[in-house]
Amino acid sequence: MTQTDMRAVFLEELTRVAPDIDPAGVSDGDHLQDDLELDSMDILNLVAALHQRLGIEIPEADYPRIATAGAAAAYLSAAAAAD
Amino acid sequence: MQDDRKTGEEAPRAGGVFAAGGEGSRWAGTEKLVSGLDGGLNIAHEAADRHVAAGYGAQTAIRWLGKDGSRRELSYAELAAVSSRFASLLRQHGLQRGDSVFSLMGRVPELYACAIGTLKAGMVYTPLFAAFGPEPIRTRLEIGEARVLVTTAALYRRKIAPFRDQLPSLKLVLVTGGEAPEGCVALEPALERAGNQFETVRTGAEDPALVHFTSGTTGKPKGVVHVHGAVVYHAYSGRIALGLEPGAVYWCTADPGWVTGTSYGIIAPLVNRVTMIVDEAEFDLERWYGIIGRERVEIWYSAPTAIRLMMRAGADAAAAFDFSSLTFLASVGEPLNPEAVEWSGKVFPQPFHDNWWQTETGGIMIANLPGMEVKPGSMGKPLPGIVAAILREDSGGLTECGAGETGELALRPDWPSVMRGYLHEEERFAKCFAGGWYLSGDLATRDADGYYWFVGRKDDLIKTSGHLIGPFEVESALIEHPGVAEAAVIGVPDATAGEIVKAYITLNPGYEPSEELEREVRGHARKRLGAAVAPRSVLFRNTLPKTRSGKIMRRLLKARELGLPEGDISTLESDET
Repeated sequence: MTQTDMRAVFLEELTRVAPDIDPAGVSDGDHLQDDLELDSMDILNLVAALHQRLGIEIPEADYPRIATAGAAAAYLSAAAAAD
Repeated sequence: MQDDRKTGEEAPRAGGVFAAGGEGSRWAGTEKLVSGLDGGLNIAHEAADRHVAAGYGAQTAIRWLGKDGSRRELSYAELAAVSSRFASLLRQHGLQRGDSVFSLMGRVPELYACAIGTLKAGMVYTPLFAAFGPEPIRTRLEIGEARVLVTTAALYRRKIAPFRDQLPSLKLVLVTGGEAPEGCVALEPALERAGNQFETVRTGAEDPALVHFTSGTTGKPKGVVHVHGAVVYHAYSGRIALGLEPGAVYWCTADPGWVTGTSYGIIAPLVNRVTMIVDEAEFDLERWYGIIGRERVEIWYSAPTAIRLMMRAGADAAAAFDFSSLTFLASVGEPLNPEAVEWSGKVFPQPFHDNWWQTETGGIMIANLPGMEVKPGSMGKPLPGIVAAILREDSGGLTECGAGETGELALRPDWPSVMRGYLHEEERFAKCFAGGWYLSGDLATRDADGYYWFVGRKDDLIKTSGHLIGPFEVESALIEHPGVAEAAVIGVPDATAGEIVKAYITLNPGYEPSEELEREVRGHARKRLGAAVAPRSVLFRNTLPKTRSGKIMRRLLKARELGLPEGDISTLESDET
């Protein structure tokens, strides 16, 4: 999967957890908690959803690496490639 | 304001903390923990200025850690000066003693100037949770008749500007930083212009100081009134339940929008002259672990959800960090499960000491105290001076339960920080007291050793991630969606958050259940209420279980959700389908 595909998957799961977010309005640098107003339970649900969808396990220490759509796309595609 | 809050002999004694602390009282001697102010008592003086007068002005009061890695140190002298500037600024804008000042922001340095400065000016401080959506914010600003709001430009634009012109009481909006949106005043230049000399208002012990909002099962949220005299109990309970001693390094992770963030995130630590660590960022595992070692945190006060998030990451994730500075760990917000207590005892290696209190109590009531044997899963024992009981109601009125029996947790309402009222709600306030007891609404048991154990709520309130959420407020937002006819909201158990908010809805004609609609309704609720309050899941029903009088039986939905006995359903008129 390319980074662009991965970004789209990430946004799909993000807006399932937080359907108040308009995916078209999310910039690569928007922070999940500071800009998009997710709370820590949302982050857990998002991590679980990504795991189910992609089979990628994201350890707690790596949560900062999926804190924006841009960072998440890079992190997830690298993780998928490493599998 | 204070006099009309007395509602007969069952309300707390409003004799003032010094009166309550007189000879023969259980509180005798605690008044020595504060200095007083020419016969008056003001929390701001106790938290900042008196330490400067005593020669401790150079000690760091707040060590602030920015999200971006920046650090700022604020000494007690600087805190005293900046809070004086804030008080001067309020007065320059024509505000008067008793006016209400609200804050809506995260853990930023301005928050502390705002809280202490407001109290210094004899005004009443109310913090709001910045993650609230516009609805809960607006409701609270209205009930509290906010005159001043201190916030950030981003929060103002997103959550206040759309209804600003519908809040006639709101005279002044201060925003952090150097520039302000239209209709607001930029705080930074305004503070620079304001004088740093301000004579602290000589408030009395019974003068209102703080209003904290908490949720009710029905109706609007309640504005819980606390007085300046509460500072005696903040000082006392901080000292004996958390071990806050002058010079200690202390980190309270609570959000400033809730009562813990004020009682033990601002007042108790400053009055006890500790050095507070304030981290601007939200929970982040490695950041948190790193802070403890780097800042040499000694006393750490956190909450079950954060502790369970650490546990999920496992002991290995903690292995590389230095926890040797820690001397005492405490937790509050909802019951801390025994596994988390045991886990922390191995990893940090100190057990988290659970404690229990409420917005209404103003301070810690029941705790696993420093030096006491921790019973994992128990909230501990009443603090010395606090009289607690487990009560049951029978034909003869209220009687005390025996060891191991479940009843309502109640307290003799004579400690200094007991609430003095609910804003504009005398009847609801009076209902909290009976037979000389404050009734907490929490069900609990006491074991033969005198330890208390939380069982559940007596009402339908939901405890999620340490926040108390009223189902009515959530249901009201849900039925604003054009497709939603009726809504019932309950809390369902969750391994991390304690409980999560779940909604059952029925639809208006023309709407059909679908995944798309479920998301739309959740999105609608999140926009209005914010992520922490909105339901995490929404289920469609044809009808909801109701009583003959048309009241939705949340209790029945919850019993079914949990697979528990349905209890008395004699009032059930139409069932869930």
